[in-house]
Amino acid sequence: MNGSMASGVLDLWAPQQEKESVEVNDRSYDERVCDVLIIGAGGAGLRAAIESHDRGAKTLVVCKSLLGKAHTVMAEGGIAAALGNVDPKDSWEVHFSDTIVEGQHLSNWRIVEIFAKEAIERVYELERYGAVFDRTPAGKISQRPFGAHTYRRLCNIGDRTGLELIRTLQDQVVARGVPFMDEVMTTCLFRDPKTGRAAGALGIDIKTGKLLLFRARAIIIATGGSGRVYQVTSNSYESTGDGIGMAYRAGAELMDMEMIQFHPTGMIYPPGVRGMLVTEAVRGEGGILTNSEGERFMSKYDPKRMELSARDVVARSIYTEKRAGRGSKGGGVYLDISHKGADHIKKKLPSMYDQFLAFADIDITKDKMEVAPTVHYQMGGIRVDPETAESSVKGLYAAGEVASGLHGANRLGGNSLSDILVFGKRAGDAAAKSATAVDLPSVDSKEVEKEISRVLSPFSSTGSANPFHIKEEIASNMWAHVGIVRNAVDLEAGLVEIERLRKDAKGLKAVGPRAYNQSWTDSLQVLDMLLICEAMIRSALERKESRGAHTRSDFPAKDPKWLVNIITVQEDGKMVRRTVPVSTPPQELQRLIKEDD
Amino acid sequence: METHASAQPDQRKTIRLRILRGTGERTSSPHYDTFEVPREEGMVVLNAVHYIQSHLDPSLSIRWNCKAGRCGSCSAEINGRPQLMCKTRVDSIEGEITIEPMQAFPRLKDLVTDVTANWKVAATIPPFTPKANAGDIYTFYQADVDRSREFRRCIECFLCMDVCHVIREHEADYMGPRWVVKAASLDMHPMDGLNRSKFMKDAGGLGYCNITKCCQEICPEHIVITDDAIIPEKERVVDRHYDPILWVYRRLKGGATAGETK
Repeated sequence: MNGSMASGVLDLWAPQQEKESVEVNDRSYDERVCDVLIIGAGGAGLRAAIESHDRGAKTLVVCKSLLGKAHTVMAEGGIAAALGNVDPKDSWEVHFSDTIVEGQHLSNWRIVEIFAKEAIERVYELERYGAVFDRTPAGKISQRPFGAHTYRRLCNIGDRTGLELIRTLQDQVVARGVPFMDEVMTTCLFRDPKTGRAAGALGIDIKTGKLLLFRARAIIIATGGSGRVYQVTSNSYESTGDGIGMAYRAGAELMDMEMIQFHPTGMIYPPGVRGMLVTEAVRGEGGILTNSEGERFMSKYDPKRMELSARDVVARSIYTEKRAGRGSKGGGVYLDISHKGADHIKKKLPSMYDQFLAFADIDITKDKMEVAPTVHYQMGGIRVDPETAESSVKGLYAAGEVASGLHGANRLGGNSLSDILVFGKRAGDAAAKSATAVDLPSVDSKEVEKEISRVLSPFSSTGSANPFHIKEEIASNMWAHVGIVRNAVDLEAGLVEIERLRKDAKGLKAVGPRAYNQSWTDSLQVLDMLLICEAMIRSALERKESRGAHTRSDFPAKDPKWLVNIITVQEDGKMVRRTVPVSTPPQELQRLIKEDD
Repeated sequence: METHASAQPDQRKTIRLRILRGTGERTSSPHYDTFEVPREEGMVVLNAVHYIQSHLDPSLSIRWNCKAGRCGSCSAEINGRPQLMCKTRVDSIEGEITIEPMQAFPRLKDLVTDVTANWKVAATIPPFTPKANAGDIYTFYQADVDRSREFRRCIECFLCMDVCHVIREHEADYMGPRWVVKAASLDMHPMDGLNRSKFMKDAGGLGYCNITKCCQEICPEHIVITDDAIIPEKERVVDRHYDPILWVYRRLKGGATAGETK
């Protein structure tokens, strides 16, 4: 830094102190104490942080990637909320009904009620935080149509809604001075040995490899889903389900783990980008799906809603067309928006235009896209209380994709962005309130030492298993055996393979120093991914019917006796399941539910 | 130097990559490793680097996340040009590919740099502050939206910071192009009521930018950083602080001073 030029106060770009290096077997850790610890900094984590901080709780956010890179950034089409700006007939009641019906009645009615009501205010609040939505001619927030939403309901920012959402919340968090630590991966949750309350977490500062012990009065998990357990997925590198794994290991109940959303339209070519999302907004804006015979095949499966049918229906239809030999050259189907004209496409779908041009040399204003289903979202996750987002472990909260109960057997497009705002806020509020009411829970140092040994074990491993290979094997196994259409034989085979990989994983080996060591952090992720796969497969075996995203070729019909949620929990070190009936909404809500067919 | 390459590779079937390795900013001497990776149709540089990490050297560190050009994590210098690894097609490059970390930021390991200083800058920028009469539900129009939309495309890859010679040479207290774009996005927000020109002039060090336009040439989101953000921000500073007629007018009126309302 040249002192003579120091006119300002930033002094930021001067060479920095060397970060301390950590020996591979170093067991020491730094301790951080706060009221509310938030793990994950996507939309849910950031919204929770704002709420918790504003309620006066000493809040700390930790996240695995850099701030602002969480998977929320990938959300494209919009955020669903019944503002009624374009279709005045829309209301929270219709949004409630759409969500319940398309979730195939597996959602928790109270969660859906809170969601549909509060989504509206959360959108206006996001605007007051600084988000700039597209407008109607009258200057209101614009709303576009999306699959299985009765009315035009998706408030959008071109096809970059998630980017605007996360950046807006990130700015709010930074402006408030809420402390955060990015590139920190948490590996384990601790509970107070006496009260059982969530008490802390162990983390790795990825940048240096240094260990961290977090202690908190309340903990919110907002780590997103686990789409990376699949080979073809729209999900980011970090979507490995760590939060679900940690919560399960800490004794929290999981729910609906068999429910995985396959987004109907992912890119299939070139191979390096297979699975990359093609937003539903392409169909929302009038995109047409055709098979190799040029037939607009959705007319056979859902003549009323056509391309804008529910995601599970469109994904299954594409699967069926491919199986019948009517797939496209590259093994998908065709999606065409070119009839809308170049100006409209570049304005409404700028990212899609760029994406196809950059990666596939396809100009979507002139040519058809080739698409096929890609793993997109996990409807199941940590079971939570509707009002507070608290899990079955006291003091442990969950919000966003990591939680369950809102989307049932199929998520509507746009509902995840409103989900993360509504329940991010609720979790932040409830966690801050409960944090003021309790003393700092204690963490058992023996537990911490045990976890440190587990975390460091890949460095002392005598095996030679490569975490990147095991991740690939997990992903191809899930794709082959736990896909859109499932059956007992495949699922059993998938389970056998997971058991085999679990044995291999005992030999996972970390190579190199502790700083930014992905062979180490990926090794730890592999262990939770295997747990999550097991929970998914066992739940899928259990549900002997077809409902929403869960289709069983050996049980093709929907069966009313399966109006239950499958709960997965660890008991005495074993994975066990039980079913609980879906609770029936009270009469005044029941009458709102309008079946389409 | 370690070489994972055979003597005479077939360039149609394989790609040769040279990667700058090393841990920490100064402790270990950086060196290049060379790798030979099978060529695949439509492959991007990130695919090739993943192949190395998975099959040739698991100790290679890379920062990546979305692999779709949306998150801005995998920034690097590819044959000297700051680019996203996930958006750079291998078939767009002739011959050997050299990959180095961004040089404006301290190296953590291999291709990964420490970009956290950016959050300190972000925290200094006066945040979005709605006009007094904004109300709870805003009314503004698509034309207003379109004016600031360009700046809101930023994915925070920090490639513009990397290419900025003011920042590279650590010479000045300049906030850097990413953060001028941020300020511009706030200044152009139809409901924002703040004037940031005093901040931009003083703390932001906007005067240090001498408009070489390198940043706008490499922006993967095609934000025209210099022309659309930096120059208008400089003009705002000039209007507010260096325009003699306005200066006299404001003195006489005793009106708002810089850094307050618009």
